[in-house]
This record gives sequence, structure tokens and C-alpha cells, in this order.
Amino acid sequence: MGMAVKILTRSLNAFHLSGSACNNCDIEVLDALTPRYDLERFGITLVGSVRQADLLLLCGAFNRKSAERLRRVYHEAPKPVVVAAVGSCACSGCIFRHSYNWEEPVDSYIPVDVYIPGCPPKPEAMIAAIVKTIAKLRGG
Amino acid sequence: MTYPGILIQALVFPGLAFSAAAGLFLSWVDRKVTARVQMRQGPPLLQPFYDVAKYFVKETCIPSGATPAVFWAAPLVGLAGATTASTMIGGSLLDPSRGYVGDLIVVIYLLVLPSLAVILGAFSSGNPLASLGGSREMKLLLAYELPFVLALAVPILNAGSIRLGDLAVTVTVARPSGVLALLVALICIQGKLGLVPFDLPEAESELTGGALIEYSGAPMGIFRLTRTMLLYVLPLFLVSAFCGPAAAGGALRGLICLVLLVVSVTLIRNTAPRLRIDQAVKFFWGPVSVVALAALALQAGGW
Ligand code: SF4
Repeated sequence: MGMAVKILTRSLNAFHLSGSACNNCDIEVLDALTPRYDLERFGITLVGSVRQADLLLLCGAFNRKSAERLRRVYHEAPKPVVVAAVGSCACSGCIFRHSYNWEEPVDSYIPVDVYIPGCPPKPEAMIAAIVKTIAKLRGG
Repeated sequence: MTYPGILIQALVFPGLAFSAAAGLFLSWVDRKVTARVQMRQGPPLLQPFYDVAKYFVKETCIPSGATPAVFWAAPLVGLAGATTASTMIGGSLLDPSRGYVGDLIVVIYLLVLPSLAVILGAFSSGNPLASLGGSREMKLLLAYELPFVLALAVPILNAGSIRLGDLAVTVTVARPSGVLALLVALICIQGKLGLVPFDLPEAESELTGGALIEYSGAPMGIFRLTRTMLLYVLPLFLVSAFCGPAAAGGALRGLICLVLLVVSVTLIRNTAPRLRIDQAVKFFWGPVSVVALAALALQAGGW
């Protein structure tokens, strides 16, 4: 494991991006960031600007309009960046996949590293997923 | 003193390396106390180090609308200001007879540089939210400098000198005027550190990171490092001005004062809501300045 990977995985700045979600996943992401779950233990903090992000939390079924913004935000993030699809919407389109404005799941727009299914996934599920991703990046 | 000697002092002890290490430790204390206030575990000891170091292994994006030279120079200016200030303050604590008449004034100016760097960086990045953050930082700077200098006039009068070394051997905080002035100065460094209730330049909720919104990679890391160093340098400056840590047997008192100041800063930031910029300016120019003037009057009256 390289030094850079070690440093990066110990300090992940999360950036929360919501694209046409029903808002439940967003609320669960906020729940995960509350003192009750104490994400700071793993070095995860929330940032307001994508320029400082190491972890993109994508919520919702990105539709034709928001997919364009998704691509732009992804290109604005300094690499390397971990992308997490939070919720069934981001993973597959969920109940919105037959809507008139839905085209493709998120991973056809940008590369996704970890899928967290659930409608909405529990904060525990998100934390488990992120911790597993960190372990995998470290080669463990 | 020889040039290599000065260089070692500036880059290793008591300058850059030492104050960075002390700042990282104090920032861990700050975050751990915050965590305990919120009844959670909090980050591990090395977390502040990883938080700064990781910016240096990430990509640096320079926005197309930015002025690259200023965008890169701004964080360096801030770091240079904090480093020089820490070297001068630390040096005068190690040997109070060193330094020159007026170095206190120089340190006050040097401590403005980090805020100035944030303003420069914000305006050079070409982002409208960053310029809003930058202009707030500028107003805040104008607001807290007045009571800060007024508060520092109390130990200056008490010691009868504007040399750091003379202040470092005088205990001002044992007098009523000194206590009042230290309280005022504590509120002012809260503003200088950009912490709640004065974190409006980078208001996360409405400016999403504000002044530093476009910064990433190494320059952001330098800004973070400067901010971390200030968490040590500013309380150290107050300790050396008010608590007489270089007086005989004063080292322990100085250390206790330093920890108390940092914990007070943490507790204030955990219990106060953010002010609006007009409220902050009114607060500093109104009540805080009045208290500072009162402390000055007490001092002049021999209290
Ligand atoms: S996955 Fe479920 S809860 Fe989450 S945004 Fe989609 S519909 Fe809402």
C-alpha cells in the first residue's frame, strides 16, 4: 500500500450531490453525518465545495437534466475521487426507471466505485459500505 | 546571529515545523473536545495531520477564470506570515532579552497576513461566492483589528514597552484590567481564526466554503496548514503578551494559560451560533471595543 493511498483513505472529505432524488436518501445521508454515527472516527467530514472532495455521495435517479450537472461536478472534483451511489435510485433507477425523463443509471455517466442499495439505505449500510471501500483501496 | 542559524529557527524551531506540529496537536485537542461536547468518540490523534497531508497528494485544479500567479502566491504569503510571527514570538519567549523595540507591532502586522492571503486568494479565484467570502473576511478584519489593538495596549502600558521580550516577563493577567483585556483579545482571535460565531467568510450553509471554495490540492493544503498553525500561534501570542510565561517560574503558568485559551476557543465555537456580517461588525465596534476601552481606562487608573 502506497503512502498516498494510506493518507487519502484516512481523511475522506465527503461531498453530497443530490440529483432528482425523492429526498429520502438525502435525509439518510444527513443522518449518517450526525454525532450519533460519528463519521469523524473514520476521518470522514462533510465539505461544501467539490474542489475539496474525495468522496462523492450521489443520491437519486439522475435524469436527463441533472446528468449533465453530474458530469460537470465529477470533472470539477480533483482526482483521485471515490464515487458512491447511495440508494437504489442511484444504483439502478429504482421506481423512476420508467419515467419519461430517465435515461440510464448513474454508472453509465461517470465511473462508480461503490453501490449502496436500499430505498433509502440506512446510515449503518452507508458506513459499512464506505469502510469496506476504504479497506479495499488499502488492498486489505 | 548567522544566516543558517536564523534559517533553522524559522524552519524548524520555534518556526515552521514546531509550530505546525503544535498546531496539529492543538487542533486535535479542539476536535476531540468538540466530539466530547457532542457526546461522540472523535477523531484519532493523527487525524489533523492526515487532513492536511492528503491535500498534497491530490490533484490541484486551477479554475479557468483565475489569476494563476496570485492564486498560488496567496497561500504562500499567509504561511510566510504565520511562520515569521511564530519564530519571533517563540524566539522572544526563549530569550526575552532578544528582539528589538517595536517587534510587537511587527508581529501584529504579520498576524494580519493570513487573513489578507485568504482575501487575495478568494478574489484571484474568480468565483462569485469566493469574492463574497473574501469581502466578508475583509469587513471582519476591519472589525476585529480595532478591539484587538486596544486590548493589546493594556499589557503594553503595564510593561511600559513595545518589545515582545518585555511583555513576556510581565504578568498583566493578574490585574482586573488585564483580565478584561484578555477576554476581549480572546474574542478577537476567535474572529482571526475564522471560527464560529465568526466563520462567515466560509459560511458552509450559504457560501458552501466561501473564500476557499475554488482551492484544491497543494494550495488548499497550505491554507489548511496556516490555519492549523494559527491555532497555536495566536493563543501563544496572547499568552506571551498577558501571562508573562518568560518570567521566573512562569513556564508552567504559560502552558496552562495556552491550554485554557484553546479550550475556551473550542467551547465558544461549540456553543455560539453564527452571526451575520453586520452583527459581527457592530459587535466588535460596539460592546467589544467599549470593554477594551474600559480595560484601558482601568489600566491607566492603576488597576
Ligand atoms: S432510493 Fe428510494 S429513498 Fe432514495 S431517492 Fe430513490 S426513491 Fe428516494
